[in-house]
Amino acid sequence: MTQQPKDTTEYWRWQEYHRVRSEKSWSNKDVITAGIDVGSVGSKAAIMIDGDMYAWAVTRTGSNSPDSAKKVLGMVLEDTGLQLDDIKYTVGTGYGRVNVPMANKAITEIACHAKGANYIWGPSVRTILDVGGQDIKAIHCDETGRVTSFLMNDKCAAGTGRGMEVFADLLKIPIEDIGKVSLSLDEEPEPVSCTCVAYAKTEAVGLLRKGWTREKVLAAYTRAMAVRMANLINRVGLEKEFVITGGQSKNMGIVSRIENILGVKTLPSPNWREGGLDPMIAGAAGAALFGKALYAKSQGS
Amino acid sequence: MITHYGYIDGSGEYFIVIDSDKCSGCQKCVQQCPQQALEMVTEFVDLEDKNVAAVSELHRKKIRYTCAPCKPQDNQTPCVLACEEKAISCVWKPL
Repeated sequence: MTQQPKDTTEYWRWQEYHRVRSEKSWSNKDVITAGIDVGSVGSKAAIMIDGDMYAWAVTRTGSNSPDSAKKVLGMVLEDTGLQLDDIKYTVGTGYGRVNVPMANKAITEIACHAKGANYIWGPSVRTILDVGGQDIKAIHCDETGRVTSFLMNDKCAAGTGRGMEVFADLLKIPIEDIGKVSLSLDEEPEPVSCTCVAYAKTEAVGLLRKGWTREKVLAAYTRAMAVRMANLINRVGLEKEFVITGGQSKNMGIVSRIENILGVKTLPSPNWREGGLDPMIAGAAGAALFGKALYAKSQGS
Repeated sequence: MITHYGYIDGSGEYFIVIDSDKCSGCQKCVQQCPQQALEMVTEFVDLEDKNVAAVSELHRKKIRYTCAPCKPQDNQTPCVLACEEKAISCVWKPL
């Protein structure tokens, strides 16, 4: 009898990447700024030329924030021809913002997310749901990207990116496919009663044993997460100019369920797979834009 | 910026809501809070750092218990009454 090979696939492992807009170029006269958003699960960096996006990178955050900041900055500079010294101003943001050693200033991710969403989707954006690795933020902003109302839920990891990673691994579904798989049923099951990541394994295994398919368990879990997220938005004020940022903006199972619960479509996102701006880099983009404004201020203009 | 400190969970909704645009930074609420749950933080707004009142990080996730003795459901807590700018309010809806 041959032994089954052990399944060591890391289903939760999402793609790290960097992109340079090679159609743009820079000179020493330009104000080049960087935004580094060290999140709990992902680290993102953006380089802007005079407030215009030039390059960005998305990578996983390690256990050490300063190292993650250095890693993502190294990645974003690749293929740009830029050196560290060319960057006039760097702003750190996110969960690990106080641990970004090269930053001239640290700014909360709330301000940066709103500013970045305003840049990516334009001034009409009013309501932003940021689904991060370890928390969910609901933000309301004005036409300049200034935050008017804000609510964060970081009490537990339920309904966050990390929760989805745990589920992907548990059900052995690659994280990139999780949205599509959760939408593959004809009928939506009842949401699971408990979105707790720590108990998810117990509940999911129980449902699987009852004869539920992986797809059905995933759909029920995704539904429960979406309900939780939708609750938060109503408190800060939902307007139809609504967008989702953060890693879970790429999970169509989450996005379509939230749209369904709230009765509002999200504004169309740029196609990040084909070179468009990535909704995950909103915080880094906002940080780089604040960098430009702060640099101008420091120069007295 | 209006910040909602607190959470919605299975037991209800619990928030201390602080409007930092109205906050003068006088710290009276911080001094009046019997639970020492408030602190001053730096908020970045319009390219300036402003000192404003906030619920301290330690208490944000257990606000239901921290703030319960002040009876937030009446919206007449020491912090609310201390604020001359009317920048603080409570949203308290236990199920």
